[in-house]
Amino acid sequence: MAFTETYRDPQLVTQTIQKIKDIITKPWVIMEICGGQTHALMQHGFDDLLPQEIELVHGPGCPVCVTPLELIDKGIAIAQQPDVIFASYGDMLRVPGSEKDLFSVRAAGGNVKIVYSPIEALQIARNNPDKQVVFFAIGFETTAPANALSVMKAKELNLKNFSMLVSQVRVPPAIRTILSDPHNRVQGFLAAGHVCAVMGYHEYLPLAAEFQLPLVVTGFEPLDLALGILETIRALENGKNEVINAYPRGVIQEGNRSAQDIIEKVYKTCDQKWRGIGTIPDSGWKLNEDYTDFDAENRFDVGQIQTKESEVCISGLILQGRKKPFECPAFGTLCTPQNPLGATMVSSEGTCAAYYRYQRK
Amino acid sequence: MCLGVPGKIIRIYDDNSIKMSEVDFNGVTMKVCLETTPQAKIGDYVIVHAGFAINLLEESEALETLSMLDEIAKLGEQEQT
Ligand code: SF4
Repeated sequence: MAFTETYRDPQLVTQTIQKIKDIITKPWVIMEICGGQTHALMQHGFDDLLPQEIELVHGPGCPVCVTPLELIDKGIAIAQQPDVIFASYGDMLRVPGSEKDLFSVRAAGGNVKIVYSPIEALQIARNNPDKQVVFFAIGFETTAPANALSVMKAKELNLKNFSMLVSQVRVPPAIRTILSDPHNRVQGFLAAGHVCAVMGYHEYLPLAAEFQLPLVVTGFEPLDLALGILETIRALENGKNEVINAYPRGVIQEGNRSAQDIIEKVYKTCDQKWRGIGTIPDSGWKLNEDYTDFDAENRFDVGQIQTKESEVCISGLILQGRKKPFECPAFGTLCTPQNPLGATMVSSEGTCAAYYRYQRK
Repeated sequence: MCLGVPGKIIRIYDDNSIKMSEVDFNGVTMKVCLETTPQAKIGDYVIVHAGFAINLLEESEALETLSMLDEIAKLGEQEQT
């Protein structure tokens, strides 16, 4: 498509970055909340291209990374039970639990299947009526409509052998937590374009007003990223504390209503634990009263879970933007994507994986 | 699961009362659910996450952003001369 290619045009990106250099007069700290954007920024070498005045801090927007350890241990315990098919997005398999990961459960004969969509998990349930199919429903607002719709369809189809282990997180409460921290250094945000494609950006308006800073809805192509940063710097330099949409071809203020309706039908907001960060009020969704039958945590008794985090891994600080991966002694030595000690080294959205892949020191 | 790349809808069909489609991503075809973008038509571009089209891409908006860029470039030239 012509306009996808245009949004990858190196010359337009260079021009936009030149514009940033033209208008910037002092140092600014910007956070990109989304792990997908962290990877895209590294991949296209933005840290080298941008003027030195800009410091990019990486946010906690990696769904795999923030899924609580207890839940991963629960998933592992469920996946080891007989007559269970455990369906998960591929990235989750290598995430370290307290003792093992889902990958090793599969290697030991557990029925763990990688799916790219919950619709596939639903199909597996239909095709295997004698097995219990459990889908690991993790993610931000971007996966919520997909995960929610699968449960809705399972109920419509009266599927008794489908359930979900849910860790569904929301971005705006996390931004509030970051900004409320007395040590916060972030002065402007790139708001994740695809989260806003689903939810819109009205939730960001009160954040801009309360914390007096700009939030700029930003897409994922190189030109989108450059435009998002340009708009952020322009707002910062002019003291404009507002929400700006730099990704209008993918996002409108009210978001995708049909998707929101599905989310509302199935989920309700809850306090949610984020791995490495802690509990953030109202930052998650769980199945509402109409769908509790489909909650794998109710369906399977997995007994007492004793969790144990790695002693060396500092991924919690990395997720909060307080440390960079190369400040971890294990980075690239004890900890690599083949042998990850923490979730941020596993995921295609994790910051440690991004630094390792694009070899940033 | 979160790297939403745009793809083009090439076929729309029903699978057990779930609205599905085939979407072309630069020559690779994938099955994508359209339940959250009921207005989508063949030829539309969609952003896909976890096998779901979370939104359509608006071509008119895309072109408008680019024309804004043209102006930025022109301004830049004027400043330099
Ligand atoms: S490099 Fe590995 S051990 Fe260090 S913080 Fe990242 S994931 Fe944890």
